[in-house]
Amino acid sequence: MREQILSLLEKNSKIDLGELAVLLGSSEEIIQKEVEAMEQEQVICGYHTLIDWEKTNSEKVTALIEVRVTPQRGQGFDTIAERIYNYPEVQSVYLISGAYDLLVILQGKTLREVSSFVSDKLSTMDSVLSTATHFILKKYKDYGTILGKKEKDERMLVTP
Amino acid sequence: MRNPLSKKIMTIEPSGIRRFFDIANEMENVISLGVGEPDFDTPWHIRDEGIYSLEKGRTFYTSNSGLMELRKEICRYLKRRCDLTYDPVHETLVTVGGSEAIDIALRAMLDAGDEVLIPQPCYVSYLPCVQLTGGVPVIIELQEKDDFRLTKEELLEAITDKTKVLIMPFPNNPTGAVMRREDLEAVAEVVIEKDLFVISDEIYSELTYQGDHVSIASLPGMWERTLTINGFSKSYAMTGWRLGYVCGPRQIIDQMMKIHQFAIMCAPTTSQYAAVEALRNGDQDVAQMRESYNQRRRFLMHEFKRMGLPCFEPFGAFYVFPCIKEFGMTSDDFAMRLLEEEHVAVVPGTAFGACGEGFLRISYAYSIDALKVALERLERFITRLR
Repeated sequence: MREQILSLLEKNSKIDLGELAVLLGSSEEIIQKEVEAMEQEQVICGYHTLIDWEKTNSEKVTALIEVRVTPQRGQGFDTIAERIYNYPEVQSVYLISGAYDLLVILQGKTLREVSSFVSDKLSTMDSVLSTATHFILKKYKDYGTILGKKEKDERMLVTP
Repeated sequence: MRNPLSKKIMTIEPSGIRRFFDIANEMENVISLGVGEPDFDTPWHIRDEGIYSLEKGRTFYTSNSGLMELRKEICRYLKRRCDLTYDPVHETLVTVGGSEAIDIALRAMLDAGDEVLIPQPCYVSYLPCVQLTGGVPVIIELQEKDDFRLTKEELLEAITDKTKVLIMPFPNNPTGAVMRREDLEAVAEVVIEKDLFVISDEIYSELTYQGDHVSIASLPGMWERTLTINGFSKSYAMTGWRLGYVCGPRQIIDQMMKIHQFAIMCAPTTSQYAAVEALRNGDQDVAQMRESYNQRRRFLMHEFKRMGLPCFEPFGAFYVFPCIKEFGMTSDDFAMRLLEEEHVAVVPGTAFGACGEGFLRISYAYSIDALKVALERLERFITRLR
């Protein structure tokens, strides 16, 4: 049940709980209890909106930054990760297997803003060994959604 | 000039759906609930395999029966999902959709005057295909009170000494009815006793919402007298690829193969390669689509209940079959007025047999959002009628 609730919410966080109950063949009370429990347990961490900022007037630059760090004794990567994710302009921080350690996704207003974050704040941290910054040029698909493409139903109107 | 046409073809009625389609097609802003095919695109990995086969230049004919690789996968699939054992060499034939399989099965089995039992409401092609062979269609009118299942009594009543074949169209288009194991056992008993054959059209077998589909050929004593027809259109959202298959005893398949090889040669090669991928790696896609259909089915049933529109709860395919008898007009009139006044296209039950009178076929191969808009219009329409 939880998995089904989550997969519907993941696609549409605005869905009405009553409708959710109908789709899953359950009752609104049960669904509401489950959702609240999952919010409590932080299985559900928020109800964000997927925005194609390209279509707005506001300027945004997104960068992926690969960060190599020295893990700290007793704490591994957690302390350095925390020091990075506390910056509000940092959107995501992932610990990654492979050639580098942390992947930091950063959103800024301008290239300069992003590069100054990298040079002034990120690279100057003690345990950061190196960084590599990649700017995102275009988003084709985000969170499972193809951006900017409206699907048209091309089926014939009536078929047997 | 002489009449170029045969007497036989002139006796065949054109499909009732066609007329409806022509009218709906002329209109602007029509929301259709009249489509008999999935709204999903074919899963990408399957499409990609089709594209790859084209890139590799696999544009030749395959063997008449279909790619051996595909026939093996079909047999593995039927074993895994339907508890059916067929030999890919002699007992499996890949066809151009389930439709071709229906046609050539009837042509291979019937002589003029042989009677074929067709439970209606059902898909539109069985009846004309029987007529084209010179066979005699005998209609069994399924009842809403039985949830549109075929009962032993109805079957016994329709059988004569000329009866040869029973068509089993379950899960059913247009009603959404399914036959449970015990229902099939009752039918099988009669079929064996009366020495009949069954053509079981199981194209919607993956779309059942209350327990798994049961193939009639898997029941004791039925394998040798059943042709199992299935395909890729509904389960894998592959309607346009035109690919189906039929499995059964070699004695029948060998003869169907003759018609197939002379009329068709082989099913489309690109589609066959894509279908191999579908059977190998498509289970997850099928499960996801089934879950989506089930959610929409629940949504529709809930909305009908709210509107007070009576509808038996169907557990298969992607159709609901609500009853509109309270409005005192024919299904055809109802559907036509709904189309004209609210621009919602549904298919009148009578398109699937006379006993569909008083019912509508509503497809839920649409997104919940599209269904919401259409139902809003339908509700406005019936409120006005009331």
